[in-house]
Amino acid sequence: MTRIFKALLLLLVFVYLYAPIAVLVVNSFNQSKYGYKWSGFSWKWYQKLWQNDALITAFNHSITIAFLAATAAAMIGTLMALAIYRYRFRLKKAASSALFVVMMSPDIVLAISFLVLFVALGMQLGFWTLLLAHITFCLPFVVVTVYAQLKGFDDHLLEAAQDLGVNEWGMFRTILLPLLLPSILASWLLSFTLSLDDVIISSFVTGPDYEVLPIRVFSMVKVGVSPEVNVLATLLLLISILSLIVFSLLVRRKSL
Amino acid sequence: MTWPNVGIALSFRQTVISLTLGWLALMVVAPHALVLMTSVMTPNSEHLAVWPLTFDGYLKVMQPIYFDVFFQSLWLSGVATLFCLLIGYPFAYVLAKQPPWLRTVLLVLMMLPFWTNSLIRTYAMKLILGKKGIINTALVGSGIIEKPITMLYTEFAVIVGLVYILLPFMVLPLMASFEKLSNELVEASRDLGANGVQRFFTILLPLTAPGIVAGCLIVFLPAMGMFYVADLLGGAKNLLLGNVIKNQFLVVRDWPFGSAFSITLIVMMAGLLWVYALANRFVQRQGGLDDENL
Amino acid sequence: MTDNNVLLSLRNIIKRFGPQDVLSEFSLDIYDGEFFTILGPSGCGKTTVLRLIAGFEDADDGKIMLDGQDIAGISAERRPVNTVFQSYALFPHMNVADNVGYGLRMAGVAKADIKQRVSEALAVVELKGFELRKPHQLSGGQKQRVAIARAIVMKPKVLLLDESLSALDHKLRQQMQMELKQIQRQLGITFVYVTHDQEEALSMSDRVLVMNHGQAQQIGSPREIYEAPRNMFVASFIGEINVFDATVVSETAELTYQVDINGVAKTAHAEFRLEPGEAVHVLLRPEDLRIEYIEDQPSDEQGFLGKVLERSYTGKTLDSLIELDCGKQLRSSEFFNEDDPSFDYRINQRVWVSWIDGWEHVVKAGELS
Repeated sequence: MTRIFKALLLLLVFVYLYAPIAVLVVNSFNQSKYGYKWSGFSWKWYQKLWQNDALITAFNHSITIAFLAATAAAMIGTLMALAIYRYRFRLKKAASSALFVVMMSPDIVLAISFLVLFVALGMQLGFWTLLLAHITFCLPFVVVTVYAQLKGFDDHLLEAAQDLGVNEWGMFRTILLPLLLPSILASWLLSFTLSLDDVIISSFVTGPDYEVLPIRVFSMVKVGVSPEVNVLATLLLLISILSLIVFSLLVRRKSL
Repeated sequence: MTWPNVGIALSFRQTVISLTLGWLALMVVAPHALVLMTSVMTPNSEHLAVWPLTFDGYLKVMQPIYFDVFFQSLWLSGVATLFCLLIGYPFAYVLAKQPPWLRTVLLVLMMLPFWTNSLIRTYAMKLILGKKGIINTALVGSGIIEKPITMLYTEFAVIVGLVYILLPFMVLPLMASFEKLSNELVEASRDLGANGVQRFFTILLPLTAPGIVAGCLIVFLPAMGMFYVADLLGGAKNLLLGNVIKNQFLVVRDWPFGSAFSITLIVMMAGLLWVYALANRFVQRQGGLDDENL
Repeated sequence: MTDNNVLLSLRNIIKRFGPQDVLSEFSLDIYDGEFFTILGPSGCGKTTVLRLIAGFEDADDGKIMLDGQDIAGISAERRPVNTVFQSYALFPHMNVADNVGYGLRMAGVAKADIKQRVSEALAVVELKGFELRKPHQLSGGQKQRVAIARAIVMKPKVLLLDESLSALDHKLRQQMQMELKQIQRQLGITFVYVTHDQEEALSMSDRVLVMNHGQAQQIGSPREIYEAPRNMFVASFIGEINVFDATVVSETAELTYQVDINGVAKTAHAEFRLEPGEAVHVLLRPEDLRIEYIEDQPSDEQGFLGKVLERSYTGKTLDSLIELDCGKQLRSSEFFNEDDPSFDYRINQRVWVSWIDGWEHVVKAGELS
């Protein structure tokens, strides 16, 4: 009885999470533009997307930013986690609090703060502002993940390395980096995911020169229906599933 | 050529510390300080905000129209948070009880839709809730109702959308809470004669309180800012605080007023964080959010 | 143990986890008021027995009788049985008094009564004055006491203890062993204690059950278990033991046999009939071996000759590892003799190993369960 209830609960929640996406996928092959009912299979929206340069560009921009932001956040965040774990320095408490604030702040609050900063600095809104903002909001998640693994290490691990005459940089390169790889990869993936999903911060910190997916899509769907978006969603889902498979294979290879 | 060990150690250490402090100072502290500053400046069409110091922005927040939006937002976010909790709590419990491999699979499945940007997913919700959307088509088609129900462009649609986007953020901290809750504690309370209801209220609920507060914290406040959910599912009305703030910044360009709104949100956040700290102290352990890690 | 009334009785219990039988046809009687210990290696099913009694697991088949009543259908929260958990499982959000009073509160006992009984229970475990402490402010030993108080305050018919002392350090553990025994005697509650630590089992219990692979290997007093193990598993699990492989040659008297151990003829007393030609193990505890310098003995004496490989001084005893000429290694443990307090061996010292007739213990070969 409780077993059935549990299974049913899982099922219902996943239906809720996936139903909208399923609708998009089905409609991407639907002849009818409005997609309220099935009027035959068609590839035409896929061709249409191919011709929609602005949307393709926005898509590329989004993936580029997600990739770069995740990579930079993973690197910087790992170093930050190391600093907080290993070194004593002034303002350490303040640094942790700042990261905590970023993690807990509603997106809109962060978005405004970034916008105000970039305008105050006289920066042109576009690629760089977008990248900086995305790196920053991903950072705390990297720090938390990597720090958690650091904390699980044997206290004497680093002492042993020191005992064997390795300097700080050597220790980081030869001991910490290889050992931290799982959490760094995990946090990279999380950062990539968060960056791709973001709407609010992107809306504030990018300009017309560097349009990303949510902004482009927003202007397309605000008034009407846009079948190319269905196609795009289908492709994104496909990419995410494929990446996931590749990622899990990589992780398995590593762990063998 | 060999560098002295100490020299390198110092420089690596200093680089890492400077990077940490520098980045956070520039990208977190400075922006928030600027927002705080902007919130007490005077709006200016040419320079966005200029001195003299004024509290007009904050006074404007208190104006009835915005006050209404504020309460509207609180109400919508509150209801959305409540539903996230009602769905997320049992869901997280069931997840936490799964064997580790299955739990990982299910968690990944929960996060996978993120790759399909949340704006696109919100748009999909529109296709489901619309007059000719799937739900209405199915209901009318099966004869349960005669005419389509208006769901889109209502508060209901906004709540459904908010819950849809934010549910995973509720589940994650709750799951962490359930994972930390040792099964022996629940068994101990059974052993001492507590029935199901008593176990829930004396053990489960208090010990997962930090997770509940954390989950509500990272759902409730962001929900107020989700202007695109309100735009797509709620129609052109300024339903959420996010719509007002976005409007002030990107359209009306009254930055002090927008900043004042943002600061108000931050103050609320501080209040909720305080509640979270209390909940943690009550349970005598630190962090469903891993804030002790930071 | 005042009287021999069976309080708790498990009959033909079958418990499976997946395809695996954790317990098969398992039966057990526990007497009223005794300190009963279930001893076995991890995975032997001992914790499952405890959880079945507590009601956290349901048996797939069989009966559990408490005081003559079948309790199989009664859920854990209604069984008059309480548990002291391995990790103590103190509620972290409640202070000591609230932890101890929890069960009484759940049962709706009046506030004044709760206060009275909590303070009595805390007195038993010598924790008066700790009422307002939170669990995280207590030491391991104090947590242990709170866990015990929380269980005994319920006045259970049976108190179950799951490896309850294993998290404590050696010295504290020994102290708690004594205290547990005292508490048990003072309250007269039946204790069922589960452990993998044989020393703990022997020192605290009235009776011990040795388990392996879901089956009872032997039940008996600590002395019986130690001195007369029924099979090789019990013999080797409890303490150190030397095993000689032997073959029965002939019966020389009632249940007394001449056996052949590596060409050496020895007399062995068994508790069961043996046939000539049958393979047996002759077991000797390290402290039951007699070691003598070879110079003192005529070399034609029948016996085991060897040399000292290693010796170690433990304070109370001199323990040595001896290698017989046939290659077999033996452990011996000798108490110091008052006449010769400085006695010791040289490494490679030639020695002659024997034992006093009747100190050996015989089990049938192939009974290693």
